[in-house]
Amino acid sequence: MRKDGSFEMDLASMTITGLRSMLDKREISAPELADAYLERIAAVDDKLESFITVTAENAKKAADSAQEMINKGEASPLCGIPLAIKDNICTDGIKTTCASRMLENFVPPYNATVMEKLEAEGAVMLGKASMDEFAMGGSTQTSAFKKTKNPYDLGCVPGGSSGGSAAAVSASLCAAALGSDTGGSIRQPASFCGVTGLKPTYGRVSRYGLVAFASSLDQIGPIARSAEDCALILNAIAGFDPHDGTSSRNAVPDFTAGVGMGVKGIKIALPKEFYAEGIDDDVRKAVLDAADAYKAMGAELVDCSMPSLRYAVAAYYLISSAEASSNLSRYDGIKFGHRSEEGESFNDLISHSRSEGFGDEVKRRILLGNYALSSGYYDAYYGKAMALKQKIREEYEEIFSRCDVILTPTAPTAAYGINENISDPAKMYQADICTVTVNIASLPAISTPCGYTAKGMPIGMSVIGRKWDEVSVIRTADAFERDFTRQPAKI
Amino acid sequence: MSSYIPVIGLEVHAELLTKSKVFCTCSAEFGGSQNSRCCPVCSGMPGTLPVINQTAVEYAVRAGFAMGSDINKFSVFDRKNYFYPDLPKAYQISQLNLPLCINGSVPIEYEEDGVKKTKNIRINRIHLEEDAGKLVHDDLNGVSLADYNRCGVPLIEIVTEPDMSSAAEAKAFVEKVALLLQYAGVCDCRMEQGSIRADVNVSIMKPTDTEYGTRAEMKNLNSIKAIGRAIDFEIYRQGKLLDMGKKVVQETRRFDDNRGETKAMRSKENAHDYRYFPEPDILQVNFTDEQLDAIKASLPEMPDARTERYISSFGLSENDARILVGSKILSDFFDDSVKAYDNPRSVCNFINGELMRRINLGEIALEALPFDAQQFAKLVQMADTEKVSKNDAKDIFREMSEKGGDPEEIARAKGLLITNDTGKALAVIDEVLAANEKAVAQYKSGDAKVFGFIMGQCTKALKGVCTPKAIKEELEKKLASL
Repeated sequence: MRKDGSFEMDLASMTITGLRSMLDKREISAPELADAYLERIAAVDDKLESFITVTAENAKKAADSAQEMINKGEASPLCGIPLAIKDNICTDGIKTTCASRMLENFVPPYNATVMEKLEAEGAVMLGKASMDEFAMGGSTQTSAFKKTKNPYDLGCVPGGSSGGSAAAVSASLCAAALGSDTGGSIRQPASFCGVTGLKPTYGRVSRYGLVAFASSLDQIGPIARSAEDCALILNAIAGFDPHDGTSSRNAVPDFTAGVGMGVKGIKIALPKEFYAEGIDDDVRKAVLDAADAYKAMGAELVDCSMPSLRYAVAAYYLISSAEASSNLSRYDGIKFGHRSEEGESFNDLISHSRSEGFGDEVKRRILLGNYALSSGYYDAYYGKAMALKQKIREEYEEIFSRCDVILTPTAPTAAYGINENISDPAKMYQADICTVTVNIASLPAISTPCGYTAKGMPIGMSVIGRKWDEVSVIRTADAFERDFTRQPAKI
Repeated sequence: MSSYIPVIGLEVHAELLTKSKVFCTCSAEFGGSQNSRCCPVCSGMPGTLPVINQTAVEYAVRAGFAMGSDINKFSVFDRKNYFYPDLPKAYQISQLNLPLCINGSVPIEYEEDGVKKTKNIRINRIHLEEDAGKLVHDDLNGVSLADYNRCGVPLIEIVTEPDMSSAAEAKAFVEKVALLLQYAGVCDCRMEQGSIRADVNVSIMKPTDTEYGTRAEMKNLNSIKAIGRAIDFEIYRQGKLLDMGKKVVQETRRFDDNRGETKAMRSKENAHDYRYFPEPDILQVNFTDEQLDAIKASLPEMPDARTERYISSFGLSENDARILVGSKILSDFFDDSVKAYDNPRSVCNFINGELMRRINLGEIALEALPFDAQQFAKLVQMADTEKVSKNDAKDIFREMSEKGGDPEEIARAKGLLITNDTGKALAVIDEVLAANEKAVAQYKSGDAKVFGFIMGQCTKALKGVCTPKAIKEELEKKLASL
C-alpha cells in the first residue's frame, strides 16, 4: 500500500480481474491485499456494521497460502482475492450465526461445498457478513447483531437479506462476496448498494452448508463490482455436488463466455406489470432509459405480459414460510439452538427457547408457514401457492419462447430510511414483487446499477434469463456496465 | 359380553438391511456406542442436506414386489413435522401421497380353534422413511439422554387395510411379512433389536353394523406375542365399554407388557398435526419399466411358490414343506442339497431330523454351518446307497457338525466305509466259521436260530467293509455249501 493512503481509493475501483492482474504481476502480494482490506474494515465497519465476524487471522493464513500458489505459478482466477461470506454459509470452525440469537454460538464442524471450492481456488475469506435473521427480510435490520447501513447514506438500509455482503462490496471492504437469494436477497441489496449481484439458476450451485430458509428457493450467488466478476465467482462455485441431491448434473459453461460480446440481436422482453403502479417514477425511468440504451446497442425490445405477477408475493410468502417453518423447527434448544434456562417439560423448554432465540420477523414467518400447512388450511393456502408456482413458470416459458432475456426493475424503490418500512410487514413483503418470481421459476437473474435517484441513491435493474442461461444474463448486464459510469459510495 | 366382530389393521415398520443410512453414508448397523454412528447430515446439523440412498429405494421396491404390490413409477418424499428430542431435525422424511408401493396382498395361513385357515390381507401401501434416534432415561440422575445412532436408518412402513379380525390373524400376518422380507433380503426381522415393529389399530362392531366402530391405536409393539396380547385385551376392553353402553374413544394407547393391558396415551384432540408437505431437498423418484423389471427379476422364489413346489414336484408333506420354507437359509440349503443329490424326501428327512436336532441343541447355527450343501447331500446319499450304515451316518454327521469336512473322508478315516469287497468278506466269514465250529455244527443240524449269532459275529468283523445285506447273502451261500 502506498504511504499516502491513496491505495484505498484504488481498491474501490478494483475488480477481481484488475486485482488478478496486480497479483500476477507482483504489484501487490496476497497478504498485502488482505491487510489492505482488513485495515479498511477496521477503519470503516464500526459505522457500516457489515461484518458479524471478521476472521483476520484466518485471512492472513489463507493469503500466505494464496501467495505460495501465486509464486508457484498455480494461481486460479480467485487466488488471493479477499471475499466476504454471508453468515448463513457454514464455515468449518468459524461461527455461523445466521444473524440470530438462536445460533449465536453455532460453530459448524464442516464447510459448505462453496467454501471448499473457494478454498481450493485460494480465495481469502475476510469474515462473515451480516444479514437479516435467517435471511428473512429485505433491510438487514432484523439482524440480531449488526444492523448494516447503506454505504451511500448511513441513514438508509443496505437492503437484504444479504445486506452485509452488498454493503461490504459497495464500501470496498472486500473485493466481492457470497450472498444467498430466496426471494431477491442477493439482487435487491446489490441494487440498494450500487453493485452487481447474481442469483444463479436453482440447482446450479450446491446448497450443502447453506443454512436453509426455503429449500426449494434458496440459492447461493455472488455479489461483486461487475457482471464479469460475478461470472468468475460463479465459475468457481457452480457444479454438481454429491451432497446436494437438488444440484444439477448439467454441464457447467464458462460463465464469462458472453462478457464483452454486446447485445446486438438479443431480444429483451419488458413485461408491463413490472413497470406499473407501485414502482417509483425514478426507478421506472432509469430502467426504461437502460432499455433504450440496449436498443441503441442493437438489442430488440419486446413488449410482453405476466398476469400472475399480482399474486406472486402471496405465493412466495406462503411457499417460503411453509418451508421455513419446517426448516427452523430444529432450533428447539435440544440439539441445536439457544436453550432457555426455563421450562419444566420438553414442550415448555422448546417453547421458551424458541421465544427467546428468534426475532419477531422469524416468528412471524414460522407462524404463517405453520398456518399454511395446517390440516384444513393446506389446500386453501399451500396448495394454491403451488398452483400459482406452476402458472408463473408457464408465463415465463411463454415469454422465453419469444425473447432471450427479460429486463425489470430490481426493486420498486431505491434504498429507504432505516425503520421506514420495518413496522409494516405487508409493505415490506410487497417490495419483493420484482424479485420473487425468479426464485419461484428457478431462473437465473442479475441486478446491476442503472441510475441514481436525486438524492444519489443507486437504482438497480434486473436481467432475467432462461433456466441454465446465466451466460446471457451476464452478457446483457456486462454490455450495459461497459458504458455506465458508476458513482462510488462515499464512505 | 355380546358378540362383536373385531376389525384390525396394522402398520408394520421394518428396518432395511442397507449398509448405510437412508440419507447419509453413516453405518446403518444395529448398536455401536452412543452417537458413534452419526454425522452432520443424520444429526440434522444446520445447512446439511439429505441425499437418497438408492439401495434403500430398491429394497423398498423389493419389499413391495414380495408383497404383490404395484410400484409407483413416480414417487415423492414428504416432511412429517413434529417436535421430539429423538428427532434432531424436528421432522421425519417420509412419504404421504405418492408412496413407492401401493395395492399389495399377503396371503396368510393360521390356525383357529384347531382348524387351519387361510386369508388374504390387502396392503394399502408401503413407503420409505427414516427412523428416529433413541432416548435413554437416566432415572438416577433425573436426565434423559439422546442417542442418534438410529437416526436415518432406512425404514419401510407397511400399511394394511383393516382386513384382520383376530389376534391369530394379526400374528400370522406379521410372521408372514417377516418371512417375505427375509426372502426379499431386505430386513433381518429381529424383533428383539427393533428391526421390525408394529402399530396396531383395533375397533369392534356388531355383526349387524354397517360401519366400523371407533378405533384405538397401540404403537410400537415389538414382539409377536405382544401384538396378540394387545389385540386380545383391546377387543375385551372395547367390548366391555360397549356392553356398558359407553363409547370407545379414538385415541393412541400404550400397551403395558408387564400388566398385559393398554393405557390411554393421547386422545384425537391432542393428536399431532404433522403439517406434511413435499420434501424440497429430495427430487422425486422415477422408475422406468426396465428398472422395475430388473428389480423384480432379481427376487428369489418366494415362500408360497416354494411350498407349492416342494409339495407338488418333490412330494413332500405340507408340514415338511412349511418347516423348510419357514427359513430362507434352510430352504436354500435344502434346494442346494437336492441339486447335489436328487432325492428331496430323503434330504428333507435328514434335515428335519438330524440337522434340526443339532441346531435345536444349539450345537450348530444355520447361519454358519461348518459344512456345505454338497457335503451334506453326499452324506445323505451315502446312507441311502448303503455306503455307510444309517447309524454310522449319524456319527459322521456329528463329526461334520463339530469339525466340518467331507463325509466320505470321515467315513474312511473311521473305517465306516462299506466297500462290499466279496473276497475279503469270504475270507472273514471263513475265519468266523472256523472259530465257531460248534455253532456251525448246530446250524447244520437244523438249529436255524443260531444263524443270528453267526451273522452277528460276521457283521462285527466286517464292519465298514460290507453291508449287512451283502454279508447275509455271502454267509447263507457259504453255510449252504458246507
